[in-house]
Amino acid sequence: MKAPNYIKVDPPEGYTSPGIFATSFDKVVGLARKNSIWPLPFATSCCGIEFMATMGAHYDLGRFGAERLSFSPRQADLLMVMGTIAKKMAPVVQQVYIQMAEPRWVIAVGACAASGGIFDTYSVLQGIDRIVPVDVYVPGCPPRPEQIIDGFIKVQELVGKESLRRRYSKEYKDLLESYGIK
Amino acid sequence: MDNDFITGKLKTRFIDDILLVDESSDMLTVVVPGKVIHEVIRFLKENESLGFTFLTTLCGIHYPDQELQLGVVYHLHCFSSNTHIRIKTFLPLENPLISTISDLFSAANWMERETYDFFGIIFEGHPNLKRILNVEYLDYFPMRKEYPLEDPTREDKDDSFFGR
Repeated sequence: MKAPNYIKVDPPEGYTSPGIFATSFDKVVGLARKNSIWPLPFATSCCGIEFMATMGAHYDLGRFGAERLSFSPRQADLLMVMGTIAKKMAPVVQQVYIQMAEPRWVIAVGACAASGGIFDTYSVLQGIDRIVPVDVYVPGCPPRPEQIIDGFIKVQELVGKESLRRRYSKEYKDLLESYGIK
Repeated sequence: MDNDFITGKLKTRFIDDILLVDESSDMLTVVVPGKVIHEVIRFLKENESLGFTFLTTLCGIHYPDQELQLGVVYHLHCFSSNTHIRIKTFLPLENPLISTISDLFSAANWMERETYDFFGIIFEGHPNLKRILNVEYLDYFPMRKEYPLEDPTREDKDDSFFGR
């Protein structure tokens, strides 16, 4: 018999009864959020092309809930920075991040977004973590679609386990202060 | 239109100012001093028998071993006779002033800003001479050959990534 082409998502721990499932609120919210992340593809160079392949039917990022891309930061959950960011572009990336509503995550795809990559030069920003807080780094030049999906799954794990109060905590506020974001 | 015709016309008009004529490469190359560049390009553009009405490109170059280190290279093209010409001028490093040609060719506006951004060559009479491709707070001219290949004055490099 052929293996099923779906994976059943395990429910979080909780108490079951006919018609009732009781669990903690942040587990349910985490489960809902992680399986419906709306990414903002900030695709600048070659990694953007790999992302286009990832969104295509063969590698299909839509399987993980990221079917609806948003180019408006107001409606996006995950900022995917894919490609070389020049120093002139850096304030733009920061503005896009500021315009995103909480909760928001950032994934740096590729060597250029993570550290400036091969472009050790006067015009390239040596890593977007100089301007925005980054949650997941995907190494590669460019990373294969499988790697981008792996990074996305790591973001899903972070989203599923995040406490609902994290964005109001002092540590998070201090983190944003350190980037100059109010 | 062959090279001798162009050279003849230029030499008749600008007797002492044609410093060098080089026909060894694929197009005629003429070196002129920086102070006459506007007249030379205007003559090449407006003279009916020459008619170089298209500025292909304009860029800078820095040769640190020459006496006049900074150069500006213009490529002009005549559509009717399909002829290219290259005009070079060289300027001193301490005072790289040259007249703008953005009043003759509008394309020169962008290209002169780029040359200023990377070499620091000042184009007098340019309507808006400021940095165009680099960030505004960059305080040096990147394409000058004054720095070693790895710039030791940069603060934004992270040595831990490079195993130093």
